[in-house]
Amino acid sequence: MAAVDPATLDFRPARPLPAHQRLLNSTPVAILLYVLVMYLIIRGSYIGAERMGYNWQWYQIPRYFYTLTDDGFRWGEIPRGLMVTIYLSGLSFLLSVGIGLVVALLRLSDLIVGRGVSIVFLELIRNIPLLVLLYLFYYVLGPIFGWSRFTASVLTLAVFHGALVSEILRAGINAVPVGQWEAAKSIGMSGYQTYRYIVLPQSIRIMLPPMTGEFVHLIKSSAIVSVIAVAELTTIGRNIISHTFMSFEVWFTVAAVYMVLTLTLSIGVTYLERKYAVDR
Amino acid sequence: MNDRKPVIVARNIDKFFGDFQALRDVSIEVRAGERMVICGPSGSGKSTLLRCFNALETHDAGQLIVDGIELRPESPDIRKLRQNVGMVFQQFNLFPHLTVLENLMIGPVKVRGMRRSEAEATARKYLERVHIPEQAEKFPAQLSGGQQQRVAIARSLCMEPRIMLFDEPTSALDPEMISEVLEAMVELAQTGMTMVVVTHEMGFARKVADSMVFMDGGEIVESGPPQEVFSNPRTERCREFLSQILAF
Repeated sequence: MAAVDPATLDFRPARPLPAHQRLLNSTPVAILLYVLVMYLIIRGSYIGAERMGYNWQWYQIPRYFYTLTDDGFRWGEIPRGLMVTIYLSGLSFLLSVGIGLVVALLRLSDLIVGRGVSIVFLELIRNIPLLVLLYLFYYVLGPIFGWSRFTASVLTLAVFHGALVSEILRAGINAVPVGQWEAAKSIGMSGYQTYRYIVLPQSIRIMLPPMTGEFVHLIKSSAIVSVIAVAELTTIGRNIISHTFMSFEVWFTVAAVYMVLTLTLSIGVTYLERKYAVDR
Repeated sequence: MNDRKPVIVARNIDKFFGDFQALRDVSIEVRAGERMVICGPSGSGKSTLLRCFNALETHDAGQLIVDGIELRPESPDIRKLRQNVGMVFQQFNLFPHLTVLENLMIGPVKVRGMRRSEAEATARKYLERVHIPEQAEKFPAQLSGGQQQRVAIARSLCMEPRIMLFDEPTSALDPEMISEVLEAMVELAQTGMTMVVVTHEMGFARKVADSMVFMDGGEIVESGPPQEVFSNPRTERCREFLSQILAF
């Protein structure tokens, strides 16, 4: 092996980026560019809409958030729709985690039947479009089991996302080193105790970011239940438009409300992650 | 030592990983209070044999009786057995999400059903024994390797085992931390604990072992009192191995 002469080694720091690249990389410039692009898009659509002779009525929008009359303060239709969206999504997500956990554990188990069932479930759900699944649950299974629109919606979302959640859980559980299982077994823990006290607490930290992404995904896909007229945010939007024909304003507003909801969630979870981060 | 009753009896153990035979017709006996050191080149099957003793690996043929329980796959007694057989791993395998104290308490509380106050007292007693009582509230990642391994020893001791297995306990440690772990093990040996130690620390073997086993190619090549094996190895393979690890 050739000896390395230390004197020939190059210890200089990496060359700094050229000035124009540094400028482009700086935060203020990035924000400025973002605002500029957004301005152009919005301005462009305004001009386009005006050419179509669209009659903007933004002043109408606030009363769908709240009204202040002699009777006092009243929440408008949009916040009420938002609450239904949150309730629907929250319930579905809880159920989907339950379903996902069962499917993931079956998949990881030594039982051939368990693995088979979970793989069939996964492939079945993953290869049916969400909308078709909703129709199946509402128009086919709904009448058979006597489910309401809301129940059918919750179950559809829970089953669809349960399949995706199970893959996140499986990855999270597999990410815990095998030595942890052995250490738990070596002090006499049962399989359940090993999962409950050793493996799951560690995999939850690994799974938190993709799970948040999945919840955000679920909130967004919950809009699809508007096709069977569950009174959530998107349905409310459609109803308002059918009365007022303000489609531009209402869809902008509905999109913004979804964004506020999901961004709040993401920021909240990021905060939680920092708070509970334990160095390993 | 020969009048004590055997606590580990292995008869004609075979173990396969796929087509690879990790253990060939291994027979061995460990008596109560005995300190046995197992050495051999890597891949010789010494860790596999040790891991069979608490059923982390299942043997494919032969008979294995540990602490009066015959080990068979799916035996319901295996959990009971593991409570009485402690294991210390090369990579420590502490639970990173729990503090040192919780690492020590979780076994007694969850597996033995001990009260928390009692488990904490036990945990603190054993932390004292391995000379790190002041680290109780820290997380494993905040400790040095030597400290982590001593916590791992204490974690096993908290289950009040009758047999302690050590799987290369110092191989993952920086050199300056090896002695503190060996010291803890020597002190443990002085309490009369039955110990089976897979290690290359020949100083430890000389100092505390009652018996020494040399393995190669999945077989027990040589065994006997350490002085005998060291000074008068009967086989060429053992002589060569010892001269290699004792060269420095």
